[in-house]
Amino acid sequence: MHRFANPARFLRLATIILPWAALLSVGLFIAGLWLALFNSPGDYQQGDTVRIMYIHVPAAWMSMFTYSSMAVAAACALVWRHPLAEVYARAAAPIGAGFTLLCLVTGSLWGEPMWGTWWVWDARLTSVLILFFLYLGFMALVNAFDDPVRANRAGSILLLVGAVNVPIIKFSVDWWNTLHQPASVFRMGGPTIHPDMLWPLLLMALAFQTYFVAVVILRMRAELADAKIQTLRMARASAQG
Amino acid sequence: MMTRKKRRLYLLGIAMLGLGTATALTLSAFEENVAYFFSPSDLQAKPPGDRLIRVGGLVEAGSVSKQGDGITTDFVIADHAATVRVTFSGALPDLFREGQGVLAEGRMRPDGVFQAREILAKHDENYMPKEVADALKKSGQFRPEAPGSKPAAGNGGV
Repeated sequence: MHRFANPARFLRLATIILPWAALLSVGLFIAGLWLALFNSPGDYQQGDTVRIMYIHVPAAWMSMFTYSSMAVAAACALVWRHPLAEVYARAAAPIGAGFTLLCLVTGSLWGEPMWGTWWVWDARLTSVLILFFLYLGFMALVNAFDDPVRANRAGSILLLVGAVNVPIIKFSVDWWNTLHQPASVFRMGGPTIHPDMLWPLLLMALAFQTYFVAVVILRMRAELADAKIQTLRMARASAQG
Repeated sequence: MMTRKKRRLYLLGIAMLGLGTATALTLSAFEENVAYFFSPSDLQAKPPGDRLIRVGGLVEAGSVSKQGDGITTDFVIADHAATVRVTFSGALPDLFREGQGVLAEGRMRPDGVFQAREILAKHDENYMPKEVADALKKSGQFRPEAPGSKPAAGNGGV
């Protein structure tokens, strides 16, 4: 990991990965959306409404993946003082918040026709809403300090405290009675989705993942450039003073 | 001699362990409030009185009947062990069908019938094309899983 602790080395690698991730994401979105919206069967119970799944489920997966990766980065920052870990967490937060919001909105739009309600306070829906607030809280916290070192330290601790919510989201549907149905893909005994519907779902999940990689690289580059500008400004100010 | 990195790592591990334990204890203490609905067996084991509660299970096949006024529906919610008779006046969700998952919010009447004021449909984790479902039904291999049939069915107050 520390081979990439050098921002210059990271930037060189990022420049190579970025176009591939972006291109792959566009291709996967085209293929995935075409399969999901036009070339997959409707559900035997839900008909065409099931197509909301192809957005809702990848968004939900990515909301949890992004948060988990930020929590791992926070641990690396606190324990090993990895200089890029905090940059990563700051860069990933708004993307993760976006995924979570997308998941909540599409879930609500799906719930109205299928369940008969936009929202219920069951364990799954409530824990995902808490995840959304954790993202917002992290972003507010790291921007509330003048000193970036203290800001990142506080942000990392918040991320690690909030990490207990991730398994709660995942297993809420198994531990308690919820209106939300149990997992269909990552479950003991294999997926309960027909392969004709699973393939478009997995393509969409990859499309979301590559989109995340591309955008997080862009945002990390911006964060690093921003830090460099701050340093130059400080240097100039002290030279003039 | 422990390095500073190692000390920080152990500290973090202990903190996370403590946090996880605290959360687990809290959640298990509030289990009754976290669960969103009772199953019919829960109701049988622990009568709810006239509290506002939710009951969840499957709509028993052949139990749905419309009353003369055209808006009141009577049906039976069942799990593997028990049943509850339900009556509801109003519009039912699209997914409300015999053999499908359902959630009813309301109160138990003294005569043992559950007076629902809201009905929500609950679908299971199976997704498949209609032709596949039809073929499975024809060959007798179709087994939709019942909601609320989990071994550790909790309790759900409102």
